[in-house]
Amino acid sequence: MTPTRIATVALVGNPNCGKTALFNALTGGRQKVANYAGVTVERKEGLANLPTGRQLRILDLPGTYSLRARSPDEVITRDAVLGRLAGEPPPDVIICVADATNLGLVLRLALELKTTGLPMVFVLNMIDIAERQGIEIDVEALSRELGAPVTATVATRKKGLEALLELAATQADGSSATPPSGWREPAASEVRVAHRQARDLMRTAVRPPSRPDTLTGRLDSLLLHPVGGVAVLLGLLFLMFQAVFTWAAPAQDLIEAGFAALGVGAEAILPDGWMTGLVVDGLIAGVGSVLVFLPQILILFLFILLLEDSGYMARAAFLMDRIMGGAGLHGRAFIPLLSSFACAVPGIMSTRVIDSRRDRLTTILTAPLMTCSARIPVYTLIISALIPNRTVGGVLSLQGLVMFSLYAAGILAALGVAFLIRKVFWRGGSEPFMMQLPDYKRPEPGNVLRNLGQKAWAFISRAGRIILPLMVLVWALSSWPAPPEGAEGPDIAYSAAGRLGHWLEPIFAPIGFSWEMVVALIPGMAAREVAVAALGAIYAVGGEEGALAGILARQWSLASGLAFLAWYVFAPQCVATLAVVKRETGGWLWPSIMFAYMLGLAYAAAFLVFQASRALGLA
Amino acid sequence: MPNAVPDPERTNPFILGEAHPGDLGVIIKVRTGGDRDPDELTAREIELRLLEFGFVEGARVEVLHEGPIGGDPIAVRVDGIRIALRRAEAMNVILKREAA
Repeated sequence: MTPTRIATVALVGNPNCGKTALFNALTGGRQKVANYAGVTVERKEGLANLPTGRQLRILDLPGTYSLRARSPDEVITRDAVLGRLAGEPPPDVIICVADATNLGLVLRLALELKTTGLPMVFVLNMIDIAERQGIEIDVEALSRELGAPVTATVATRKKGLEALLELAATQADGSSATPPSGWREPAASEVRVAHRQARDLMRTAVRPPSRPDTLTGRLDSLLLHPVGGVAVLLGLLFLMFQAVFTWAAPAQDLIEAGFAALGVGAEAILPDGWMTGLVVDGLIAGVGSVLVFLPQILILFLFILLLEDSGYMARAAFLMDRIMGGAGLHGRAFIPLLSSFACAVPGIMSTRVIDSRRDRLTTILTAPLMTCSARIPVYTLIISALIPNRTVGGVLSLQGLVMFSLYAAGILAALGVAFLIRKVFWRGGSEPFMMQLPDYKRPEPGNVLRNLGQKAWAFISRAGRIILPLMVLVWALSSWPAPPEGAEGPDIAYSAAGRLGHWLEPIFAPIGFSWEMVVALIPGMAAREVAVAALGAIYAVGGEEGALAGILARQWSLASGLAFLAWYVFAPQCVATLAVVKRETGGWLWPSIMFAYMLGLAYAAAFLVFQASRALGLA
Repeated sequence: MPNAVPDPERTNPFILGEAHPGDLGVIIKVRTGGDRDPDELTAREIELRLLEFGFVEGARVEVLHEGPIGGDPIAVRVDGIRIALRRAEAMNVILKREAA
């Protein structure tokens, strides 16, 4: 047995059938995560080893209920199965993955997959749960009726994997080179016929559970309760943000101390001169001021991953649908918008689950208004510098209250913008909202950790690739050219950055920004949090001593500080977001619109806040 | 309860879009969507979507929950599978009542 090439096996199934867990179990650590050309749908591929030494290429495809694709995710699944993707040969075998406890919908999908003419293996995943519920499945009858081999697995415990791979390999060997693709979009009557067939199949081959799962029903009667469910959702969100700010603090202190020590160490080793300035003020301080937010980002993503893995996210979408709908958003937009509190980039990428293009665009356009974690450093710095640390009414901290109102401003602005888009640009009926409420299950620690690791790595590499070079640039621009002999005032005023800031100052004067603030905004265009590092570098080069918050407290008026915060709620200061919007919408039109409207809102908000604060005598 | 007084609220057949938690029935008809904006999904699309989620003639449907505001959307069990959908779409599903 010497196979000439590695056969490709595509995993297809309904959402929530444990397909990704099966993919992880089959491929182990040997997987590549990338994007499909042109779209940001994640493409997961890996190699599986058979005991015989043979290898199979495994492709994980987005979950779907039918090949009649509605969302960008499902288009990928259809095109990959039918071999319509550029640079992607059609799979040799399809593994149709079924949740053994929920066969109804996947059997119809399996019948549809059969019409493609590709060899198929039908796998009953989560068979342990089905057995526990007393579901009896006649594998032989199922195999006979489907015309495909059937096997069972427990992906999370790595059971049944070898048998599955062997079946897939056998099917691949029997496959002809180019399968006759008989698939075409089924008419309603054909879907009805397929359902009838699927139901007959269920009757013949599956005995319903003798001990059905009652946990999901019992949990839902609380979690979907009109009052209790909303209370639990708000409680979870409160806990999440509480955790982001309090649990992360010790780790953040540690990272901060680490970078400070690194800076001191570098200063001791390096000779005096510009080199030290670059390394200590530019690189170490700059990267440290960004990496310090890693703990907060990880905690936020941990919550989101746990809620997704457990099946709760669909319930949150259910509870929020009407509220979101009032603003012209889809219930499913809740998940992307919630993710955008961590970072708008994964948030915008997760809009792929929204099947209507209009709803998806509205969500994409409003997602960056959610307070992402990159704003946290800016908010924290300015609040601690300018807002007095006292309590309001004896219990609430004034600083916390300002933080909360910044978050609230972002959410309200997003709802307002979505509402306007709906009313002004896209009048008409609302989109259907239909989604499965999966059974609750315990989150898989391995899966959660794997995902969390990917997020952490993405953030760290971003700090390295984008923020590091920018910090060098900011440092260089604020250090050169050197002031002429006998010049007065701080050196930085003569540098390129200083001149640019002075030149742009008149535009920003009505909103109360000093030239230092303007200079910090320029690298802050690339990534919001860089503004903090840039301010640090500018004032450090400018000869200011002490902690940045103390410097700001001396240099900025309260009115300017509040205007800067208002600016940051809206400003489109993130190249990564604009780039992902371009990729997701397929052109520069929508990122341009997003940039323009957010910039307009930012200027207007900062202007109003600055002028109002001055009128109130806060200057 | 064969001798129970007929409840005018509990008509037979009934429309899923007007049902409430506890209502139980068998689908007798899935209609094509109503007079929606032609730019939106076509009426045929709604029907196909309902079918793909298992809303097919003969399926047993139980209404489980309704949303916190205006009782919309609703959560139902269709042949053992839990689905959430808006009442607007559920207006296309007609059921014959079954005793609870």
